[in-house]
Amino acid sequence: MFAYVRAPLAALLILSLGTAVAGAADPPTVKIGMITTLSTPGGYLGEDMRDGFQLAVDEEHGRLGGVPVQIVIEDDGLKPASGKQIADKFLLQEKIQLFTGIIYSNVALQVVPSVVEAGAFYVSPNSGPSQLAGRGCNKNFFVVSWQNDTPHEATGQYAQYLGIKKMVLVAPNYTTGKDAIAGFKRTYHGQIAEEIYTGLDQTDYSAELARIRAANADGIFYFLPGGLGINFLKQFTQAGLKKSMKVVLPEFSLENHVIGAVGNDAEDLYGTAHWLEDLPYPANTKFVAAYRAKYHREPTPYASQGYDTAKLIASGLRAVNGDLSKADAFRAALRRADFKSTRGAFKFGPNQYPVQDWYSMKVVRDPKTKQLKLRGVGKIMRDQGDVYASQCKLS
Amino acid sequence: MTLLFEQLLNGLQFGTMIFLIAAGLTLVFGIMGVINLAHGSLYMIGAFVAATAAGRGAPFVAAVAAGAVAAGLAGIVMEVVVIRRLYRREHLDQVLATFALILIANDGVSMIWGKVPLPVDVPAALHGAVPLGGFAYPAYRLVLIAAGLLVALGLYLLISRTRLGMLIRAGATHRETVAALGVDIARLNTVVFGVGALLAGLAGALLAPIIAVQVGMGEQILILTFVAIVVGGLGSIRGAFVGALLVGLVDTLGRAYLPVVLKPVARPELADSLGGGLSAIAIYLLMAIVLVWKPRGLFPAGSR
Repeated sequence: MFAYVRAPLAALLILSLGTAVAGAADPPTVKIGMITTLSTPGGYLGEDMRDGFQLAVDEEHGRLGGVPVQIVIEDDGLKPASGKQIADKFLLQEKIQLFTGIIYSNVALQVVPSVVEAGAFYVSPNSGPSQLAGRGCNKNFFVVSWQNDTPHEATGQYAQYLGIKKMVLVAPNYTTGKDAIAGFKRTYHGQIAEEIYTGLDQTDYSAELARIRAANADGIFYFLPGGLGINFLKQFTQAGLKKSMKVVLPEFSLENHVIGAVGNDAEDLYGTAHWLEDLPYPANTKFVAAYRAKYHREPTPYASQGYDTAKLIASGLRAVNGDLSKADAFRAALRRADFKSTRGAFKFGPNQYPVQDWYSMKVVRDPKTKQLKLRGVGKIMRDQGDVYASQCKLS
Repeated sequence: MTLLFEQLLNGLQFGTMIFLIAAGLTLVFGIMGVINLAHGSLYMIGAFVAATAAGRGAPFVAAVAAGAVAAGLAGIVMEVVVIRRLYRREHLDQVLATFALILIANDGVSMIWGKVPLPVDVPAALHGAVPLGGFAYPAYRLVLIAAGLLVALGLYLLISRTRLGMLIRAGATHRETVAALGVDIARLNTVVFGVGALLAGLAGALLAPIIAVQVGMGEQILILTFVAIVVGGLGSIRGAFVGALLVGLVDTLGRAYLPVVLKPVARPELADSLGGGLSAIAIYLLMAIVLVWKPRGLFPAGSR
């Protein structure tokens, strides 16, 4: 029971819009329901996503695509059942027709089906579960981030490219962890020395580290979200294993907060991402500068996803002038993905999941500031969709 | 063989850290009869204060001391403001109230420090690994083992050789008699609670360099701690020590060897994930076996 003893602080934060008195020609305010994870140790992911989203709304002074918006935010506490309850309340009481926000796939799988079956729209800023990517796809469901397997496929590809002969793979013993390892193995064709499954609440990894040393591999991949990965990396480095193994990670285990928390242990780590803070696109430069100025912290992929999600929604709202009852026109506008993404080229595949480029990256020490920084190295995959798209039949 | 030795050391290290947290929890339960779910929050406070002190440039030893002292003070405040009112209440009330304390502590910590995990570096002198014939073991983990054993020894001496220890032992078994003899039980309770909190904070501060210092870290380790004190016998320091080492060893060895043992009998993917699953329940299996054999745990209070 204690694993779930985390603040179920369902703080109803209604961020009111910054617009003054509405003029006569103004479209009516559109309510956007944001169900996300703000409490629990994983809460900083939702916080970054929310702040990125809010930044795009602030840019337009409370509007998206020229349409005044009101964002209704509630914390799901990483519990699928609370997510579902909030969604029902938003649908029935608040009459919300446009949803976003969920970070974790276990929550998304409970919420998304009931939202889209009610005829409302869901635009995902983070979770992209396989169950909703293939046969289970839906015309009102859009994913701005990635399909859940793709980050791991990109990482497998990079490990292959780096010439690593023998890998150890580590993930928590639950569905998403197993999907991560399956995704990695789809593109990595070297030898797998060990697959290690860990607990979701584990803090000590000494036993696993001794097994890893005994496996004599020259590379390691782990999918350990948030604090788990921080624990693991600190202990991995202290065990002296980084000298003999290349560490190749998906972006969840290698973003600015993780680097901040592990300090020098992050040096020389390899990873892949669909977004990097130094991508040279104007939309990205603007986003990174504005995010730093407003929140005084470094942006993460989650923040960029929140921002991009808001920009996509803006493009849809602009097309129908905020009238969501024109569902077909709104959907068609979203499908065009006519917005400037922070990650450059962006389009939707047949299942309305992204088709985008993936980058390889490395943690290096900035010669000027002596700070550790994530630096893009190159493109590891171009126009990458997902393996489930072909099973999706949207009319 | 060296691998087994290394895994035993790992188990010992994990066990001693669990012991630091378990010691306070079992004393508080044994003497005051309070189930304190918020004990993990004190551990969290220790880690956060140590991380902050280290981040501001304090030497590592000072940072650890600051973490332990801060947790001790937080514990005293917690006892005086809330816990004191719970002694005569039912366990359900205690669980409810201390659960509320968890929520307050977690939200308080995230208000002060934010939700993003904090960095703490291992002190430079302890960064390397020490060769131990056949393998190298991280120096910092050796220090953790030493620190845990030292605290255990210190507590043993405190409990068995001092006046305070005598009162603690007496309080655990004959509470009314101690009060009737004119001992200020209220003050004794505050002191014991503070010492327990200090130890939890010490564990948090010592572990800060090797784990993620983040909101909610207390609850992750609390469940193992409860298993340790139930196995060892509620209210007894000796029990907590043995229970914690058993839990540390069983958990570590389970994670190390169950997947390997299962390899010959199952498909590799299955062996890996089944081994992972089985090792996660190994400590509960240990607890069940011990409780069937000794329903009050290995060394319940007053058994000596």
